[in-house]
Amino acid sequence: MTKAPHLMKNSLGYAAEPEANDGDVTLRPAESPFQQVRLEEGPAGRKPRPFLSRRNIIVYGTLIFVSLYYLLPLYVMIVTSLKGMPEIRVGNIFAPPLEITFQPWVKAWSEACTGLNCDGLSRGFFNSVQILVPSVILSIIIASVNGYALANWRFKGSETFFAILIVGAFIPYQVMLYPIVIMLREIGLYGSLTGLVIVHTIFGMPILTLLFRNYFASVPQELFKAARVDGAGFWRIYFQIMVPMSLPIFVVAMILQVTGIWNDFLFGVVYTKPDLYPMTVQLNNIVNSTQGVKEYNVNMAATILTGLVPLTVYFISGKLFVRGIAAGAVKG
Amino acid sequence: MDAATRPFRWHRNFSAKVAAIPMIITAMVVFVGGTVWTVVYSFTNSKLLPREKFVGLDQYERLWGSSKWLISLENLAIYGVFSLIFALVIGFLLAALLDQKIRFEDTFRTILLYPFALSFIVTGLAWQWILNPDFGIQHIVRSMGWESFTFDPLYNPDIVIYGVLIAGLWHETGLIMCLMLAGLRGIDEDIWKASRIDGIPMWKTYLFIVIPMMRGIFITAIVLIASGIIKVYDLIVAQTGGGPGISSEVPAKYVYDAMFLSQNLGQGFAASTMMLLTVVIIVVPWAYLEFGGKRQ
Repeated sequence: MTKAPHLMKNSLGYAAEPEANDGDVTLRPAESPFQQVRLEEGPAGRKPRPFLSRRNIIVYGTLIFVSLYYLLPLYVMIVTSLKGMPEIRVGNIFAPPLEITFQPWVKAWSEACTGLNCDGLSRGFFNSVQILVPSVILSIIIASVNGYALANWRFKGSETFFAILIVGAFIPYQVMLYPIVIMLREIGLYGSLTGLVIVHTIFGMPILTLLFRNYFASVPQELFKAARVDGAGFWRIYFQIMVPMSLPIFVVAMILQVTGIWNDFLFGVVYTKPDLYPMTVQLNNIVNSTQGVKEYNVNMAATILTGLVPLTVYFISGKLFVRGIAAGAVKG
Repeated sequence: MDAATRPFRWHRNFSAKVAAIPMIITAMVVFVGGTVWTVVYSFTNSKLLPREKFVGLDQYERLWGSSKWLISLENLAIYGVFSLIFALVIGFLLAALLDQKIRFEDTFRTILLYPFALSFIVTGLAWQWILNPDFGIQHIVRSMGWESFTFDPLYNPDIVIYGVLIAGLWHETGLIMCLMLAGLRGIDEDIWKASRIDGIPMWKTYLFIVIPMMRGIFITAIVLIASGIIKVYDLIVAQTGGGPGISSEVPAKYVYDAMFLSQNLGQGFAASTMMLLTVVIIVVPWAYLEFGGKRQ
């Protein structure tokens, strides 16, 4: 965005005046009395817009109010997780802690009970990592090769399979839950982390394939043809031309998959056993377990810990994250 | 391609065909095969394990006679309609505000979008805590002197779904805002200049010129929200667990409970088939309008 259109669009009240700068005015001696007056009166140029105009107060006021509302849950979670239980019982959830304690965080990580065991969230964290890494790598490899084949090496029926894949993305997961249980049981992977990795790869495929297919289709065809003339085959073009040229889209796909797989709950709870549950399932079991006294500070610390990975990805990746979800949105 | 001139068609493009095997298996075996399997078995009386004893529409009769299913549908409808309307309206308004060439646009956008990066479990638990009547908003307003103030959506069966809606909107509005912002950025500056010269007020320009121009973005947003609504499950599990009682059940949870908790596979299959049917009813007319029109 350049700064130039700045004037045009917003300042509805003032926009009738074209932008004139000082240089302009000195070059052109006054022709009309109006301009003469302006020159004498003071600096030329657009009317200064006071920052506290009514419009600005409305726009910024609303945005700041909404932003505070959006930040509120995060703030409340952090504040609660740093308080001791006595303070929570008497106090106000919005008040900052009088005495900061990190005990709830330690407990959430290593001692909180899920109903089955009491190793806290750490077990879930490591399970999630073990699920996340292979799922992300496998799904991106498969989807990128698929997308490449669809964009550059169409064969009879390839578009049909692709269409089915995309339509499949709209089928509610619940419809395919049980058939996949049977398939995984048949190959002996039901209840294992490998099985869950396969499930994530399958359900990540439609959107990732679409992402890669569209990206590879936008790579100039001349490059592809030149490589073909030089005798490069399917894999050689993929590894030596397509992959090096498409690193941004690989990053976008990675962001999409890391947040998506980390945040998954349904597949984790259906396809793994309690000691292999991913972090989100573990978290839900800790917080919503009915046994014992509710320790809200530990619960909130656990909640933040679980949200930390996608939040970190989000804040580091910035605009690429937006690009990723925009790409995800095109699936419609 | 000139495949017809080559003698060995099967060998042609061999690597591409090999590379596409995972996609073909996923599409045909998991998506098509799995769906057909579920639909077929929804006509059986499978309990703990799938059985091939066909009982016609028994499972569906039982499903539509179950109050838990009817409540699930009602909740889905309420949640769906309100989340569609509010997400679109709030998302568009926020995008329009952000599009006023303001300072700190990136900061505002980052703040409004971060909930979308969090899982529904985290979202649900955070709002469960804020809406907790003994500690959260209700407690605070009461301690400020308004003793009779009542705001406990998660403990009141009549309004529990609106409590979930609050959390759901917090999670998804940022995404809709981002989509809308991209759409607004795609509108030609000249449109704005022209409408200003004609003296059309800003809100009228938005309502009658800009929004009709953003039809595609709106459709994308609606499809996105709608497919999210059908899937809503984690949020309920985390925030209310379907309670109090069964007042915040949703179809996705009905399916999971039937299949994996109450060993009633047939009910799960029938319910998931109904979910599929709902999607088909929504998606097919849309796909027909979107893609059927282009061919002409």
